[in-house]
Amino acid sequence: MSSRTVLSGSDIDRAVTRIAHEIVESNQGTSNLVLLGIPTRGVMLAERIAAVLERSYPDFDAAKALGRLDITMFRDDLSTNPTREITETLIPAGGVADKVVVLVDDVLFSGRTIRAALDALGEFGRPRAVRLAVLVDRGHRELPIRADFVGKNLPTSVAERIRVQLSETDNDNSVVIEG
Amino acid sequence: MKHLLSAGDLNLEKAITILDTAIQMEQVNSRDIKKLPTLRGKTVVNLFFEDSTRTRTSFEIAAKRLSADVINFSAKGSSVSKGESLKDTAQTLEAMGANGVIIRHPASGAATTLASSGWIDSAIVNAGDGTHEHPTQALLDAYTIRQKLRGNEPGSDLAGLKVAIVGDIAHSRVARSNLLLLKTLGAEVYLVAPATLLPAALASQAKAHFYSLDQAISEVDFDAIMMLRVQSERMTASFFPSEREYARIWGLNGDRLAKLNPKTIVMHPGPMNRGLEIDAKAADSQNSVILAQVANGVSVRMAVLYHLLAGGSEIE
Repeated sequence: MSSRTVLSGSDIDRAVTRIAHEIVESNQGTSNLVLLGIPTRGVMLAERIAAVLERSYPDFDAAKALGRLDITMFRDDLSTNPTREITETLIPAGGVADKVVVLVDDVLFSGRTIRAALDALGEFGRPRAVRLAVLVDRGHRELPIRADFVGKNLPTSVAERIRVQLSETDNDNSVVIEG
Repeated sequence: MKHLLSAGDLNLEKAITILDTAIQMEQVNSRDIKKLPTLRGKTVVNLFFEDSTRTRTSFEIAAKRLSADVINFSAKGSSVSKGESLKDTAQTLEAMGANGVIIRHPASGAATTLASSGWIDSAIVNAGDGTHEHPTQALLDAYTIRQKLRGNEPGSDLAGLKVAIVGDIAHSRVARSNLLLLKTLGAEVYLVAPATLLPAALASQAKAHFYSLDQAISEVDFDAIMMLRVQSERMTASFFPSEREYARIWGLNGDRLAKLNPKTIVMHPGPMNRGLEIDAKAADSQNSVILAQVANGVSVRMAVLYHLLAGGSEIE
């Protein structure tokens, strides 16, 4: 099995910084923003984006804008896979109603995770808009879903595997293609 | 995990996984919309051959909150009263495509029979079989203890906590399941009962046992005290002289409550015989977590149904 590094740690940092600024640009400021990370690595990416925003925009308060959204119980492939563990969902105290919610995930592939996330999000209220930020878009969508903010577009074959490693849970910061 | 038949089926890791899942389910239960699509299209049958209010409704609410279809089947008013056997009932449910069967039965071992007989392919949950086991009650008791005494910390066990189980232990499936599960989770379990209601085989598995509640309270600083219901319907002999004497010697009343550590939690699996094993002062006191047990029952049963029915196979 061959493996090839496509993003290094500093590439990831630059992509995260750029995504953070693109989010503010498209939102015309940081007001009403809610960042929701999708476990596992989407949560860490959302934290990194929030850290960039806190550094660059004094009126951005991560404590009021950062959360996490577990989508396990909304998946459409539960019965064909081994039971998954459910993790915590944390919605910022201000809720999501009338907010601009940015979902953050590591890899966008079939789009089914995001479909589940949209359903999960609906339980908490009606956002003014929902955006999607991903570190890697590898194509092969099975649903009409696209990302608004993309770290890197990575054409792959379906057989290949994308492995995102972030230092919060892994030993390394990198994106590797295997297969 | 295909079935949940005994609290002994759960090792430490599995038990903690279920308790941690229940924390997330509790969060769902505090939302405005208490509904998840997780078990959509699955059918859960409540097969109750014995009377029950809280266990049956708790399982029904749990299954419905996960969007499963629920069929309630009680022995009264069904073909069982025409003499249908458990085997035929099970095969009927199998033919109708039940994914999960929650069974309560007066015969010990009924759930295991259903799971191992090959009559039915569904997941089986034991909701009480005779005087044998009631594993989801033990799980909700462990969850309540962890919630009240360990701050509901995910991943935590009950190591070092002292739990007394008091009363009709001989007839109690709750006591048997709790003894197994609480020990798995690292708690020290003490059994307190009249000698006639404390089988030696169980007493030997406990940290210690007492034949007097007053002695137990004076010798051990309990973190939790669990009063069992006196099961008059299973009492075929004279196990104690009279109900008044039982209440006086083994009942938890205001005087005994005052002797407990103020932080000790008082538990009861319900339904309570007020004035017998527990009096109103103890049941309605600050120490009582009896209603929390009922509320937690729904979250814990959602977690059990999730682990048995949602996935295709074991946790990765």
